[in-house]
Amino acid sequence: MLYREAGQFKSTYAEDQQIFPIRQDRIALAVFLAFALLVVPVIGNQYWLGALLTPFLIFSLAALGLNILTGYAGQLSLGTAAFMAVGAFMAYNFVLRVPGIPILLAFVLAGICAAAVGIVFGLPSLRIKGFYLAVATLACQFFVLWALQKFGWFSNHSTSGVITAQQIVILGYAFDTPARKYLLTLGVVAVMALAAKNLMRSETGRAFMAVRDMDVAASVIGIPMMRTKLLAFAISSFYCGVAGALHAFCYLGTVEPEAYSLDLSFRILFMIIIGGVGSILGAFLGAAFITLFPIFLSLASSWVNDLFGVEISHAVVSNLESIIFGGLIIFFLIVEPQGLARLWQITKEKLRLWPFPH
Amino acid sequence: MELVFFIEVLAGGLLAGVMYALVALGFVLIYKASGVFNFAQGSMVFFAALTFVSLTERGWNFWLALIATLAVMVLLAVATERMVLRPLVNQAPITLFMATIGLAFVLEGLSQLLWGSQPHGLELGIPDVPMEWLSRKWNVNISQFDLFAAFVAGALVAVLALLFQKTRIGRALRAVADDHQAALAVGIPLQHIWAIVWAVAGFVALVAGVMWGVRNGVQYALTFVALKALPVLILGGFESILGAIIGGLIIGAGEKLAEVYLGPYVGGGIESWFAYVIALLFLLVRPEGLFGEKHIDRV
Repeated sequence: MLYREAGQFKSTYAEDQQIFPIRQDRIALAVFLAFALLVVPVIGNQYWLGALLTPFLIFSLAALGLNILTGYAGQLSLGTAAFMAVGAFMAYNFVLRVPGIPILLAFVLAGICAAAVGIVFGLPSLRIKGFYLAVATLACQFFVLWALQKFGWFSNHSTSGVITAQQIVILGYAFDTPARKYLLTLGVVAVMALAAKNLMRSETGRAFMAVRDMDVAASVIGIPMMRTKLLAFAISSFYCGVAGALHAFCYLGTVEPEAYSLDLSFRILFMIIIGGVGSILGAFLGAAFITLFPIFLSLASSWVNDLFGVEISHAVVSNLESIIFGGLIIFFLIVEPQGLARLWQITKEKLRLWPFPH
Repeated sequence: MELVFFIEVLAGGLLAGVMYALVALGFVLIYKASGVFNFAQGSMVFFAALTFVSLTERGWNFWLALIATLAVMVLLAVATERMVLRPLVNQAPITLFMATIGLAFVLEGLSQLLWGSQPHGLELGIPDVPMEWLSRKWNVNISQFDLFAAFVAGALVAVLALLFQKTRIGRALRAVADDHQAALAVGIPLQHIWAIVWAVAGFVALVAGVMWGVRNGVQYALTFVALKALPVLILGGFESILGAIIGGLIIGAGEKLAEVYLGPYVGGGIESWFAYVIALLFLLVRPEGLFGEKHIDRV
């Protein structure tokens, strides 16, 4: 009853083409954003904000980046973590070496560096496809981590290779508490998600999707293959780079190259698969699932402890976790290969008709 | 002297390449028959090796443990076909790929839950030391075990080639690899074939696991040998058994030579990515790998 677009007439082209054409969607989004912006920092405690919500937002951004490349442009990549590493280390270096640089500018520049790396490692995509390309992007993953560890310049010659992110100060206002860092992350992620949503409706986004669906056909109808594929790599890596910078500055504080291992790339790939390939919302749903699920599992194991008085050893828990995690991924793929975003879409369609079946 | 050293490095690299090829073979088998890029192959290697070594440590006879492990791998193959592949028939390749990553998580957790996570040593009675007469006569150090591994790999490939070319099952496998629908139409039971392929891949994983286990010990790090096998795979082509062997040799030799002759200039440690760069360079010339099937795109 509530979710129905009857009576919402579009009388101008602008209205017809807005991002969220249904009024209820706009209201829901505004309420949700207002809640995240105004209420959450007040009611959330240190742990919730610093250890759950901030990483969730950051991983959402990285998943969004990967989704642009894999979900929209159809180029499978396993180098996401490497692009994040480039973003994190370059943001650190920009703040360190350029005195008085605004931190947001440093983030953007770090993202551009990641985009440059992305273009270089995206070059093989012009020639190779599918799993061959996925394995080729692994070269990026290993090479970038090796370079970050090998050349001391990146970590300012710290002996352990660990960098400590500088304090974030914007216009004299220090973002030093988890709540403030959360707000900064939220702002950046919201703006970039909106930009991505818009971009995917533009000519560029449609070109991406044409390339994904069939690149030969796309080039036949005049979509420049090189420009489109490299642009997809650049935009995707830019998002991942900014996510990496936020990861270092707003979440971890101190980072080492090993934090951006292949494992992280896989986690982000999981996020978009579980959330939904080729969907902006999917990136957020997937990130929420993957970040919250391990926490839920460890909670569950402590409940079992309390309930049955059985002490489960840590090793057993971590092994069980990986079994359940893997099992759930398979389960999700079998039940809904299109991901959580598709489930949400089905729900919406049902809601529009409710209480009638057709 | 220089030449002897070069030969030693080259031989060491080639023999290391054989070890990579052993792992890559498992990938190729499954990809050929079902078009699934099986990321769980590394975990299967780990699972097989850990099961085998745990059984021998419990006092089982070598052959008995080998057969028992093989039985476990066959069971695993049947279970995988039932619970993962069958419900996912006709899904996009990336979905199947993700499912195998999920399978990898399950296998890693399961094997450590069953057998514990401490590393094990594995002894086959073949010393992993340089052969004396070679080093005395030519001053070339080549491990006896490396030669044994090469021999095993050769035997394995020969057996697989026989299986694929000369048996009824092999013919069915090749038919399925060519065209699923056509194979189904002429009455080949697709599901059985998949279970068989996964069982054979499990057998290959067992052999690779035992070999790598002797070399590096049976431990969690064994799952990472899959990452070493990936460049071999794309270099040789996903669909070719021969490609896996040749690719393994090229990657192994290239990696070792680069580490020795190129490494000092960039500060060493390039082993982690150099294989990928070799593979990439090859791919730029031949996008489907050395022996992969050429794809013709039609609109």
